[in-house]
Amino acid sequence: MIDETFDAIVVGAGPAGNACAYTMASRGLKVLQLERGEYPGSKNVQGAILYADALEKVIPDFREDAPLERHVIEQRMWMMNDRSVSGMQYRSDDFNEERPNRYTIIRAQFDKWFSKRVQAAGALVICETTVTELVRNTQTGRVIGVRTDRAGGFIKADVVVLAEGVNGLLGERAGLRTPHKANHLALAVKEMHFLPRDTLEARFNLQGDEGVVIEAAGTITRGMTGTAFVYTNKESLSVGIGCLISDFKETGETPYGLLEGFRKHPAVAPLLAESDVKEYAAHMIPEGGYNAIPQLYGDGWLVVGDAGQFVNAVHREGSNLAMTTGRIAGEVIHQIKARRDPLDAENLSLYAQKLEKSFVMKDLKKYRNLPRALHNKHLFTTYPNLISQALQTWFRVDGVEKKQKENEIVKSFFRTRKFTGLASDVWSIARGWR
Amino acid sequence: MHIVVCMKQVPDSGQIRVHPVTNTIMRQGVPTIINPYDLFALEQALQLRDKLGGTITMLTMGPQMAEDSLRKAMAFGADRAVLLTDRFFAGSDTLATSFALATAIRKVGDTWGKPDIVFTGKQTIDGDTAQVGPGIAKRLDLHQLTYVAKIAEIDLAGRSITVERRAEGGVQVLRTQLPCLITMLEGTNSIRRGSMADTLRAARAEVVKWSAADAGIEDLTKCGLRGSPTVVKRVFAPTAREEKAHLIDTTGLGTDQIAQALMTEVLTRVPAIEGDLQRAAASY
Repeated sequence: MIDETFDAIVVGAGPAGNACAYTMASRGLKVLQLERGEYPGSKNVQGAILYADALEKVIPDFREDAPLERHVIEQRMWMMNDRSVSGMQYRSDDFNEERPNRYTIIRAQFDKWFSKRVQAAGALVICETTVTELVRNTQTGRVIGVRTDRAGGFIKADVVVLAEGVNGLLGERAGLRTPHKANHLALAVKEMHFLPRDTLEARFNLQGDEGVVIEAAGTITRGMTGTAFVYTNKESLSVGIGCLISDFKETGETPYGLLEGFRKHPAVAPLLAESDVKEYAAHMIPEGGYNAIPQLYGDGWLVVGDAGQFVNAVHREGSNLAMTTGRIAGEVIHQIKARRDPLDAENLSLYAQKLEKSFVMKDLKKYRNLPRALHNKHLFTTYPNLISQALQTWFRVDGVEKKQKENEIVKSFFRTRKFTGLASDVWSIARGWR
Repeated sequence: MHIVVCMKQVPDSGQIRVHPVTNTIMRQGVPTIINPYDLFALEQALQLRDKLGGTITMLTMGPQMAEDSLRKAMAFGADRAVLLTDRFFAGSDTLATSFALATAIRKVGDTWGKPDIVFTGKQTIDGDTAQVGPGIAKRLDLHQLTYVAKIAEIDLAGRSITVERRAEGGVQVLRTQLPCLITMLEGTNSIRRGSMADTLRAARAEVVKWSAADAGIEDLTKCGLRGSPTVVKRVFAPTAREEKAHLIDTTGLGTDQIAQALMTEVLTRVPAIEGDLQRAAASY
């Protein structure tokens, strides 16, 4: 057993754990952070887009030395069927601002940097160490520390912050949450395609550190609920696709099969041509939304980040929610510590209250019913096909009068999905969105 | 007992490629690790310390980033770490390296007590010369035990040590006097998982950093590129052998048939084996 007691132990060195450890350490708390990977970031996978605002609230001057790839000036939203892409594109020179809002990043590098800042703030960071168990006071049940997989591995702390990520085995073993449901989890795979910088910039019409984000949905997921993406890094493209695990189970499709199909799509293949694939990775994403959020605090413990299911699947937001929940948890712990109160469930409930008032819970609440509405294969197959067909009818100049074209398009929708189907799709999406 | 373990931070040579056109080594993005051979030396040192008491000092010459490897060594249980780091050391060959390390070991002795044993790995995976250990022994006038597989006995009072040394065609049992230098053979032990207490101590410990001057090196012409007579004339990647692996299709075959297919293949390629096998079978 280790003789000293830490103010806080943070389990995990991803964005949530780092934001929390940094917030506490920079306010003078004695913080120990434990990470099972060889180095912070070695186990972490993300697309990845960094939303500056959430990080800025933790480390205001992060732009000075953080390893950022490109700031995003253009967003493409693609609806794909097997041969076509329809969609929306937004590009603005306004995004070439002094403090850009979104960046592409490479997580292995970014997390290493973040951890260096956490250590510089005074936290003790230990890698290659897995927390195996939360240790409780046998009488009161209060969490008093953790046990690790190293000899003499019991370490005491006033509070344990679980920032252990989506799989959250520690919380599950401790009975803090129920096992995941397959329809609350997505499985995403991605590849890193390397290209010479000049080629990449020419292909995406970029200058300097400008970047493009492509988010895509449609027949590429073969009827399953999911999306795909292409993100531009300095000298590489992050290309990935993900779907609900329950859908993979039901259909027997494979993640790599989907990725292969996406890569070969006529709209994607030219972007990746002659690239050199150097890395591939897979990761689970908690997409259960508001309804899947577990108990977030108790006597001597808190949950932050993916472990708390804080992902807004609709807006592709996760790491910002992780950093925000980590920061708020850190602030709350510091606040309670500063007035010398115990870190029990009653005092830590302030964490949940603060989350309720923040955009985190408000956004997740807004979309609470959307996961169910989006679990509709017509959205990923029927509509992309109908829309592609409609646009093709519209754009093709072939001597057919316009009135007839309009009628054909409208009829195609009603023929395929019937009035009731259309109405129910619109209704469930609108209700989920409100 | 005071043990010094010399250790090097090396690029993970398993991940290094030689540039196909320029023939230069591509180190970019290659992670650094503790030279794997040095871990056998460290574990042996830890076992001796645990049995006989004393302290272990880690010594590394290298850039600032080598501090990470030294900290890792402390997490395994080493007591202190010294990083010899100075721009004057850049470009050192084995002669210059053994000079710098030997001088630093003398300084380590002055600071924390004369070492009884200096350990090194058998060789490094980036240079593969196996010259630095013997170089240090010569300069410090230490008895030299290379390719040691096992330490059979240490008599601290009588200042003697007995080791088993792997040699061609057998094992030599050697006895000599302390202090000595041991280069440890691979596969002789496996590095432990550091305890929680050691891991915490390592995360907080300060790695001692010495410049050439701090280590007591006066003659800088013996350091770095200037002190290195070795010249790398050419670097090239070995060409692949022409002979390709042969895949035997065993679809639908049972184990006996697979064995039969394998033996037929082997005997067609190396017919001489057949006689050996038959003689071996007859002797049963």
